Amino acid sequence: MAGEIWVLVEQWRGRVSDVTYEVLALGREVSAATGASLQAVLLGSDVKDLLPTLGAADGVLVTEHPTLGEPVSEIWALALAQLVERHQPLVLLIPQTNVTMEIGSLLATRLRLPFVNFCRDIQVTDKRLVARCLLYGGKVEATVAPQTPAVLGVLPGVRPQEQGRAERTPTVTAISLDLPAEPPVRFKGYTEPPPGDVDITRENILVAVGRGIQRPENVALAEELAAALGGAVCGSRPVIDQGWLPPSRQVGTSGMIVKPQLYLALGISGAPEHVQGMKDAALIIAINTDPRAPIFSVAHYGAVVDALEVLPVLTEIARSRRRVA
Amino acid sequence: MLNIMVLVKLVPDVVEELEIASDGRSLDPASVRLILNERDEHALEEALLLKERHGGTVTVVALDVPEVDDVLFTALAKGADRAVKISGVEAGLSTWAIAGALAKALTSSGLVPVDLILTGVQAIDDLDGQTGPIVARLLELPYVGMVCRVEVDVEAHKAVVIREYAGGVTGTFEVSLPAVLGIQSAEKPPRYVPVAKVRAAMKTQQLESVPVPGQGESSSVEILQMAKLEVTGGAVMLEGSPEEIAERIWDLLKERGLV
Ligand SMILES: Cc1cc2nc3c(=O)[nH]c(=O)nc-3n(C[C@H](O)[C@H](O)[C@H](O)COP(=O)(O)OP(=O)(O)OC[C@H]3O[C@@H](n4cnc5c(N)ncnc54)[C@H](O)[C@@H]3O)c2cc1C
Repeated sequence: MAGEIWVLVEQWRGRVSDVTYEVLALGREVSAATGASLQAVLLGSDVKDLLPTLGAADGVLVTEHPTLGEPVSEIWALALAQLVERHQPLVLLIPQTNVTMEIGSLLATRLRLPFVNFCRDIQVTDKRLVARCLLYGGKVEATVAPQTPAVLGVLPGVRPQEQGRAERTPTVTAISLDLPAEPPVRFKGYTEPPPGDVDITRENILVAVGRGIQRPENVALAEELAAALGGAVCGSRPVIDQGWLPPSRQVGTSGMIVKPQLYLALGISGAPEHVQGMKDAALIIAINTDPRAPIFSVAHYGAVVDALEVLPVLTEIARSRRRVA
Repeated sequence: MLNIMVLVKLVPDVVEELEIASDGRSLDPASVRLILNERDEHALEEALLLKERHGGTVTVVALDVPEVDDVLFTALAKGADRAVKISGVEAGLSTWAIAGALAKALTSSGLVPVDLILTGVQAIDDLDGQTGPIVARLLELPYVGMVCRVEVDVEAHKAVVIREYAGGVTGTFEVSLPAVLGIQSAEKPPRYVPVAKVRAAMKTQQLESVPVPGQGESSSVEILQMAKLEVTGGAVMLEGSPEEIAERIWDLLKERGLV
């Protein structure tokens, strides 16, 4: 196996995202197994300040260009295509988030390279790259072997981020690229979210509802429980998509990352995009009618039961006993 | 006037208990019930909203797989103008193969160019890529993903789209048309259509069929093994009646001083 191990640095709004360090830690292992060097690939318009944070890599390939300032996937993929063609790495690992989502597919299609999505681990076995991928909302794992060179999209949480952090200035190689000044996709600006009624990242107790809550009227039952416990209600994406709760209450990769003292998950399956937003809660109790729901893999306590039957009883207990206490 | 195409894909309903086939590398088809990818449902809704705003047509395109007729008639009942099945592909799990077949068939049949192609940003079985960006590249059109709002300036032939990031932050992008957009959420919850209307569509409307010319694409990602994920991590399971479970939860909260 020839060629370097590359990790795309997810750099967004002036900072290197934590997931980058997780993927660098994984890249370190792949590099050890193949004997190839680990290179971080840093794209942006003015990113030199970020270099010292990438010490876990042997080297950093940096391309600065005015149109790379924001992660417009079209342009990032174009830049990466030029870099990959020129330097022929063995693999490019891309942290997969809402920022970088489609870069892998765009790049792989440009270069006709294999792309593997949803990687939760990557190993080198018998000189082959073998990836384990989460499919079907976290219910099935596929073990796959792409031909190399390959582009791999890596899910957040693949390794502890501390393993990918090192205070050391790596060898820097600046590469200039010829990129279009007027690309077909143009960045116009960011908008901060309107302040919500409740900041769920600051709540100690969260009652979280998923599609299993079934109707908007039942969300009101969850509100009653949250009120009785002194917490707030939040939800999974489908609940927000249905308009049953405002966007400020969404937990997950495209919502909020929460770390409450209690996360009571009612009728939430535990898809990877949801779990990434709540897995670090101090106490997770999950109620789901499906004994195989992936949420039980992150929960501390679980119950296979209809959430709608437990909900009113728990509210009643909380109301009567809290009053007494 | 806007001519919009929506590419949709059917995926296994994970509410069903999925089983692995005897080859150990695929799902047992007997355990699979196919439903419309949830994000594609949002893409269709966004297309219908844009048509209501600007006039024009919505054409829905899917590979010819079991259950696809129901999905396409439902789309027609919701207000799509045309529904097209792409036939002659054994794509399996490869999104690369599916997107490759779609791109070929769209070009050869003259279904493109259109002003906008919408598709769900991702599906739960997108093992080797997402449909939107692959089709966009193969048709050499620009792509933006994670889109939750689309404003089209028909005169200027461009769209302003809102992309969703984490924590409620959004980004605004301008894209020249024609373009492919990966929809994360429509501006409104996908509309509901009564079964009677779907039945009426089945009686009065027709699905079109377009074959894929020549050889299909195959994936360069080999599946070695597929396994159901067991619940791990050792959650302590609470047993009993709903009342007993509620009591146990209350005790847990008390033990930890949370209430
Ligand atoms: C790019 C992208 C970003 C995403 N970002 C997010 C995100 O930020 N947050 C997020 O949550 N999702 C996100 N998603 C969606 C995610 O993939 C899942 O679709 C979603 O999390 C599923 O929500 P759910 O668990 O409520 O619904 P489902 O997966 O449908 O699960 C419902 C569960 O309820 C159970 N149930 C049904 N009835 C009952 C009952 N009476 N009592 C108890 N249990 C019951 C079922 O067994 C099932 O497990 C994203 C998806 C994409 C593609």
